[in-house]
Parts: sequence; structure tokens; C-alpha cells
Amino acid sequence: MNAIFYLSAAVAVISTALTITRANAAHALLYFIVSLLSVSLIFFVLGAPFVAALEVIIYAGAIMVLFLFVIMLLNLGAEAAEKERELLTPQVWIGPGILVAVLFCELLYGLRYGFQGAGGAMIIGPKLVGTTLLGPYLIGVELASMLLLAGLVGAYHLGRRSTPDEEAREGR
Amino acid sequence: MTAVYSEHALVLSVVLFALGLFGVLIRRNIIFILLSIEIMLNAAGLAFVAAGAKWAAADGQVMFIFILAMAAAEVSVGLALALQMHHKLKTLDADSADRMKG
Repeated sequence: MNAIFYLSAAVAVISTALTITRANAAHALLYFIVSLLSVSLIFFVLGAPFVAALEVIIYAGAIMVLFLFVIMLLNLGAEAAEKERELLTPQVWIGPGILVAVLFCELLYGLRYGFQGAGGAMIIGPKLVGTTLLGPYLIGVELASMLLLAGLVGAYHLGRRSTPDEEAREGR
Repeated sequence: MTAVYSEHALVLSVVLFALGLFGVLIRRNIIFILLSIEIMLNAAGLAFVAAGAKWAAADGQVMFIFILAMAAAEVSVGLALALQMHHKLKTLDADSADRMKG
């Protein structure tokens, strides 16, 4: 149990340090995904399986895909194809690959021997989280929905290309 | 035992937050700044979940879900701004957008 927690913590710190020091954004993104996966394992050890799943699905899945989409959108053309080829060389994926292999071994160990509730950690499951979220925190859910709507409208407004009318006003 | 894990998880969240703050300070590419902000938000969420585990309450996890929603909204607007910046200034260097010409 100790080993899972401290190995995950070490992997999280190493991959985060590598994230902020990479020159290439796609490499940094790979390391950040490793960091998110290790934090997800730490959530499992802390007895929070629902949040661990959300971390993988929403953070490592949805938000990182958004980042990847923008990074790929910003460098189109021949150099992007060259970059793709470079991404498939071993020195790019060997670092994140080793760190993910460590996490995978921890996951197998945990599945075999059970990593939740060890050392008396109480497991707080999705049911309790759901009743708390939609009970005392209902107003927070409403506020979060308004925030997401504002984010949607803002992203749509900022993301569109300016119309010819606006370009004429800007003198182009 | 749980308390020990919670305290060590809090220390880990402090380290991750410091790394994210360091990233915001040393990088000038706007994509990396956004990524570092995500690191800091994730560290804050880890602190909430660790505290919730210490008190054996679901509130920490609820707060993590709110942080998740906030991070999603923040990153969509931030990346739209990055796209607009690349469209207008042809660069992603945050220091190049310093003239306030509107």
C-alpha cells in the first residue's frame, strides 16, 4: 500500500517537472497526461474511486484532447507532418512510456490485492458523492451550469473568425 | 494510517502547485501557461480530495467536481483566446500581446 502511494507520488512529481520543462507542447502534453493518471491512482488510494474515474475521463480525456486539438490546429502544413513523424520515434514516447508502465504495474498490484481502504482509509463511493452534490450543494451545481454556459458562449465568440465587416473596420 | 496518507497527499499537492506556479513564471508560450494553470488546478483538487479523505466526508470530492467544471470552462475560453492570438499576432508568445491597442 505504501509503495503504491509513494511510487504514484514520485511519478506525479517527475512527470509534472518534465511537463513544464519540455520545449515541444505535444511532448509536454504526454507527460501531463502521465501526471494526471498518477494523481488518479492517488485518489484510489485515498478512497475516492468516483473522483479517480472523473480525473481520467474528464481531465486526461476531454480537457487534454482540447489542448491537443488546439496544438495540432496551430501548426498545420508540411512541418506538422514532419513533427508527426518525429513523434513516432522512440525517444519521444519512451519517457512517458516507462512512467505509465510503472503506473500500470501499480494498477495490476492494486487490482490483485486491493488498493482501496488499505490502512483504514474509508471509501466514499459515487452514491454518497451524488447525494451530497445534489443535496446541500445544489446551488453550486446551478452556478457551475451557468459558468459552463458562459464558457460555451465565450469560447464560441472568441473562437470564430472575424467577419469581413469587422476586418474592414480594423483597416485590413 | 489514513491521516498519514492525507497529510502526505497534501504535501504532494503543495509540490505540484509549486511546480505549476513555477511553470507559469518561467514559460512565455501561452499554451504552456495554460497547461501550468491546469497543473495548479489539479493540485488544488488533490488538496480538496485529501482533506475530504481525512474527515471521511464527501464534500472534498464535491469540490473537486466543481473544480473540474471550472477547469473545463477556463480551458475552453483560454484556448479560444490562444487561437485568436495566433490569428491576429501570428505568434503564441505572451509577451508580444503587450500593446493594448484593442
